[in-house]
Amino acid sequence: MADTLSIVVVEKDRDRALLIVDSLRASGDHEIFVISEEAGLARRISERNPDIVLVDITSPSRDMLEELTIASGPTERPVAMFVDRSDQRLTKAAIEAGVSAYVVDGLQPDRIKPIIDAAIARFHMFQQMRAELEQTKRALQERKVIDRAKGILMKAQGIDEDAAYALLRKTAMAQGRKIFDVAEALVTTAGLLS
Amino acid sequence: MNGLPLKAGFIPLVDAAPLIAAQEIGFAEEEGLALELVRAPSWSTLRDMLVLGQIEAAHMLSPVPVAAALGLGGISARLDAISVMSVNGNVVGVSQSLAQRMRDRGYRFDFADAHAAGRALIAAVDGRLRIGVPFPFSMHAELLYYWLGTLGLPAPQSLDVRTVPPQLMAEAMAAGEVDAFCVGEPWGSIAVENGVGTLLLPGASIWNFAPEKVLAVRHDWTRDRPDLTHRLIRALWRAGRWLNQPGNRELIADVLARQEYLNVSSEILERALTGRFLIAPQGHPRQRDGFVVFHKGAAGFPWRSQAAWIGERLAERTGLDRSAAITAAKTVFRTDLYRDALAGQLVDLPGASEKLEGAIQEPTEVASASGTLILRPDAFFDGRVFDPSALRR
Repeated sequence: MADTLSIVVVEKDRDRALLIVDSLRASGDHEIFVISEEAGLARRISERNPDIVLVDITSPSRDMLEELTIASGPTERPVAMFVDRSDQRLTKAAIEAGVSAYVVDGLQPDRIKPIIDAAIARFHMFQQMRAELEQTKRALQERKVIDRAKGILMKAQGIDEDAAYALLRKTAMAQGRKIFDVAEALVTTAGLLS
Repeated sequence: MNGLPLKAGFIPLVDAAPLIAAQEIGFAEEEGLALELVRAPSWSTLRDMLVLGQIEAAHMLSPVPVAAALGLGGISARLDAISVMSVNGNVVGVSQSLAQRMRDRGYRFDFADAHAAGRALIAAVDGRLRIGVPFPFSMHAELLYYWLGTLGLPAPQSLDVRTVPPQLMAEAMAAGEVDAFCVGEPWGSIAVENGVGTLLLPGASIWNFAPEKVLAVRHDWTRDRPDLTHRLIRALWRAGRWLNQPGNRELIADVLARQEYLNVSSEILERALTGRFLIAPQGHPRQRDGFVVFHKGAAGFPWRSQAAWIGERLAERTGLDRSAAITAAKTVFRTDLYRDALAGQLVDLPGASEKLEGAIQEPTEVASASGTLILRPDAFFDGRVFDPSALRR
């Protein structure tokens, strides 16, 4: 077997794909090929005849790869998921990080591990980024609702912004609820009354 | 939420209804279970989550645990089917251009006769027929190989069965990558809504009582947690019975439509649940009773002979020893656990654990605990009968 491994990365998002390729490059001298289109995925992969295929587990197109686990001709190498012949803990870590790896039959575990480790680290980072993005979105959304609640109070009570916020906070504390929850209830109720 | 927490995975399909009803309508709670339902992005990921212990139970294509027992597929592990979750429920559809060619030759889409539909399809195809199925190990694939193989369209020479995820099926058809598909609802109706496909047949026209989805768990888990296994079987059985009562199908459509489940309009979901289809973008209503069955005719009973049929078909296709495959397959459908779980529950179960698949032409009374169980027709479109014990080589 040649020294360099051939790796296919299935990833639609170009920026993510580049980040994955970078991290794999850092783990060794590999031949890396990115497939970004779902159409004919199994055929595209088998044309490349890779040693390892990496795919985001949240992608529904992962099922297309399952075909590769059945050898359809004598000249074809079946691609097996490495859990069979390698470390179950590594597979579990990979799936938890959101990446799934298909590895050709017979590849040495010590050659696989650095690559999977690199992929896991990268996908962990993606997960973190996604979580942060969601948090930011949520914070923005909460801010909007609180602003609307303040507006409603200012108009109804003829008070200024600071007083409106103080009133929201006081009510929240008295009821043991979050300011956002009080604000949301107010906005919903005001919507019903208007 | 009250009860023992249990994680169960599902794929957003109409036939996930029993699992979702078990949690939402309260049958899980009656059994002291609190189900946490996890929506999975693909069949392979759902299977791997189950194998690796991230979830305890999964809505699963009936051939997947059988394939795993035969050592086929990406991951090998022993999985057991502890209930049949649904019988039938797939739909075969063709692209608009293929549908037009079939109409030009005088075919009337009756959504019923598999002989006529198959002959019309074969006559209208030029070259190799490309059909999309959601997974290589699926009842969809098996029904297609059986149906078109019988009518003289052998795979792989004339038939190219490709994997296309259900939610991408309409897209693949629009892009001209497949000429036809066999898919679970609502994805066939969505292809109709998007104007790219016409429905040709319900899966039941090919096999009248095909075990479509099972509730799969790890084999070890059934041994370590027999009590939970039993509770889960009972909760699912109750959900199936509830889904069989008039009016409840419409109710569950509204639940399934929710964002965390299928996120598809309940009007489209009701088509499969009530059997009232629109088969073409231009309309064309067709009625199909028993399109998807959750309870009637002991639908939940995991017949060993059903597993044997799947095992034999998989073996034939992949070149494994058929007799060994049948023996291995039968161990996967846990008729024994199903009986244990429902013993003393006033549930009538068949006396036998195997039957001649395809032999029942009319609703038939069979031997059971109380003697009143009626099995539903389970015929294949070509009238063949599969005897799970006849194969000896």
